[in-house]
Amino acid sequence: MDSVFWSRMLTEETLAFHIIWAAIGVGVPIFISLAEFIGIQKKDVHYTMMAKRWTRGFVITVAVGVVTGTCIGVLLSLLWPTFMQLVGNVISLPLFLETFAFFFEAIFLGIYLYTWDRFKNPYWHWLTSIPVIIGSTLSAVFITTVNSFMNTPAGFKLDAAGKVIDIDPIGAMLNPATPSKVGHVVSSSYLISGLLLAGLAAFFILRGRQHIYYKKALKLTMVTTFILSITTILMGDISAKFLAEHQPAKLAAAEWHFETKEGAPLVLFGSLDPKTNEVKYAIEIPKALSILATNNPNGTVIGLDSIPKNLWPPLYIHYLFDTKVSIGFYLLFITAVFLILWMWKKGNPFHPIVLCGVVIAAPLSFIAMELGWVFAEAGRLPWIITGIMKVGEAATTAANVKLMYFLFSGLYLLLAIVACIVLYRLFKGKPAEAELKAFEGGIS
Amino acid sequence: MPLEWIGISVLWTFLYGYIIVASIDFGAGFFSYYSYLTKKEHVVNKIIDRYLSPVWEVTNVFLIFFIVGIVGFFPDTAYYYGTALLIPGGIALILLTIRGSFYAFANYGGRDSKFFLFLYGMTGLFIPAALSTGLTISEGGFIVKNGEKIEFLGGALFRSPYSWTVVFLAIVSILYISASFLTYYANKAGDVPASEQLRKYSLFWSGPTILASVLVFWGLSHHNPIHFEKAWNISWVFICSFLCFLAAVYLIWKRKFLGFSFIAVMMQFAFAFFGYGYSHLPYLLYPYITLQSGLTNSTMGWALVLAFIAGLVLLIPSLVLLMWLFLFNAKYIRNEK
Repeated sequence: MDSVFWSRMLTEETLAFHIIWAAIGVGVPIFISLAEFIGIQKKDVHYTMMAKRWTRGFVITVAVGVVTGTCIGVLLSLLWPTFMQLVGNVISLPLFLETFAFFFEAIFLGIYLYTWDRFKNPYWHWLTSIPVIIGSTLSAVFITTVNSFMNTPAGFKLDAAGKVIDIDPIGAMLNPATPSKVGHVVSSSYLISGLLLAGLAAFFILRGRQHIYYKKALKLTMVTTFILSITTILMGDISAKFLAEHQPAKLAAAEWHFETKEGAPLVLFGSLDPKTNEVKYAIEIPKALSILATNNPNGTVIGLDSIPKNLWPPLYIHYLFDTKVSIGFYLLFITAVFLILWMWKKGNPFHPIVLCGVVIAAPLSFIAMELGWVFAEAGRLPWIITGIMKVGEAATTAANVKLMYFLFSGLYLLLAIVACIVLYRLFKGKPAEAELKAFEGGIS
Repeated sequence: MPLEWIGISVLWTFLYGYIIVASIDFGAGFFSYYSYLTKKEHVVNKIIDRYLSPVWEVTNVFLIFFIVGIVGFFPDTAYYYGTALLIPGGIALILLTIRGSFYAFANYGGRDSKFFLFLYGMTGLFIPAALSTGLTISEGGFIVKNGEKIEFLGGALFRSPYSWTVVFLAIVSILYISASFLTYYANKAGDVPASEQLRKYSLFWSGPTILASVLVFWGLSHHNPIHFEKAWNISWVFICSFLCFLAAVYLIWKRKFLGFSFIAVMMQFAFAFFGYGYSHLPYLLYPYITLQSGLTNSTMGWALVLAFIAGLVLLIPSLVLLMWLFLFNAKYIRNEK
């Protein structure tokens, strides 16, 4: 197999693994900070304990996020040198800023971890969580602008010889894809992290833990994830309108929309005949695609027939797209159910069925994130930078990429296993009840 | 000051910063493991943990900063080094990953595992060995361009005596830097047995450091005579470096002003590192990339410089806060807080 294939495999594998930890790294600090703040406000040790326990698990996930982030940062230069040469010229500013954001986060995470009892006024300690949130969120923002640039390159021109000229670093950073992509990525990272914590709390209640601590944790995370699932879906909707305007090929492939026309229907689910491109067993909603893409039931949506066939993205992305959107709506549904049962006096939000629904929402949300990411990347094919550079032209010419792929596969497998064992041992035999008891005992 | 000089000065300073903080970390890993083997872990490990815990993540950032920065300021380096360094870069990356994550696992996971300690000690020696080959490769002769294809001559690198002298220097230097710093840190914590033990390590590794430096000069004079000649022309810089070395060793020997002695160690390496870097110029990769040929366009260059200044305004106060809380806070070091 050639270098291009193995370079893609290694990059895909590294990113697929990294984004799990990165999303947790971006989102969980919000919840830690929130819990600590409520704990200080209400003088409720349950929330303080929540912040402490979440932090304890969080540092393990952050460590994996940091090291895999280092891997992808360096691998990009090793696997895609031609791409990075262009990136260095046009879009290195956000990459550079990302290191600063991360540096900032790293410094304050160190401070946050080791200063729990060092300030007389507890708000001082809480304040150190704010730079952690700012740093981690800005890291996500900056990196996403680079990915946006790959989708809709801007801020430079190519002269006749193919050399980049007229470079505008800010224009490259704030390319057309940036607003919708950044919004969607940040919002979904928060959402996923919240659901992870909610899923854990629900799991322990299902296992018979009676302590009010778990219910408080579940309520806190459910309120926030309900809001976040709305914003994530809204951001997704904005992204669809953006795609219709700037990346019609990606939208058309995702929706199996073959003919450019007005009042286009939305194709839901179904299957595709690979030879005839005939859609079977699908639900068609008349005019819905036009509404989604243009806010107008009779709006024109560009179909695949307007795009040369050799530039079509792979059509399997429709399955990814539909699955992730379905999961998105399920997340909204389950959080809404919980909140309604909570508000309704006779309702029991802690009914086992609801709790089961919350528990499965956690892995589902991670699956949706992975699918959404593959959709975003595969939908750009055959381009690595839309209209500028194809994937095949960007890869390294070095041999031995295959060997590296297997070495790194082993590494990620090892990391995943050891991280899970460490997390399991960290909390095994140390339920929140026992810790709270020890804590309260220590006070009196 | 022209853009390319600002760019390379910033990057070189960060690489210098990485060499100092990473050396402390790498060396600490080795001493932890060594003292476990010699059943002295109770003497030094507490001091080492106390220092490393809050700062391990910061160390890595210096390296990432350098790599991202060099791709930004000198995009051609990504193309040449990226193609050539797949294997050594990939291996260094795997080792860094193992080291970083397992340190966090052991530290935050709250379990002392001999296996983790072993990995931590060994990667501390192998990572600098792998990374130092980057500097060797920049001297030329190991990357060749055949038409459009860039080739890496791994076999030549492996057989080059110069390459091995650099590896040797990298390893002994980290042990010397690390031990000097930890001597000072333990002394500040009032931990006399640890300070004494680390002082012995520091004195032990000082001799090999100078020997290795001389060997590197000898190797360079054969491998890249042009670079050697340029270095010879600014030999006063290296003499200053040697004087700092003498001052540092003298103070450690006499157990006096250990803070100053570590500053002397830092100055020793600053003189040597910047002298080496200055005489290396204008080449970033001999003979293919120079400062001028590799430079990014000026718009991006200045944008990066501005971003860098803005970043420093944010980072320096934060770093000062971190050091004030952990590094120079006597109560923290003595474990009273």
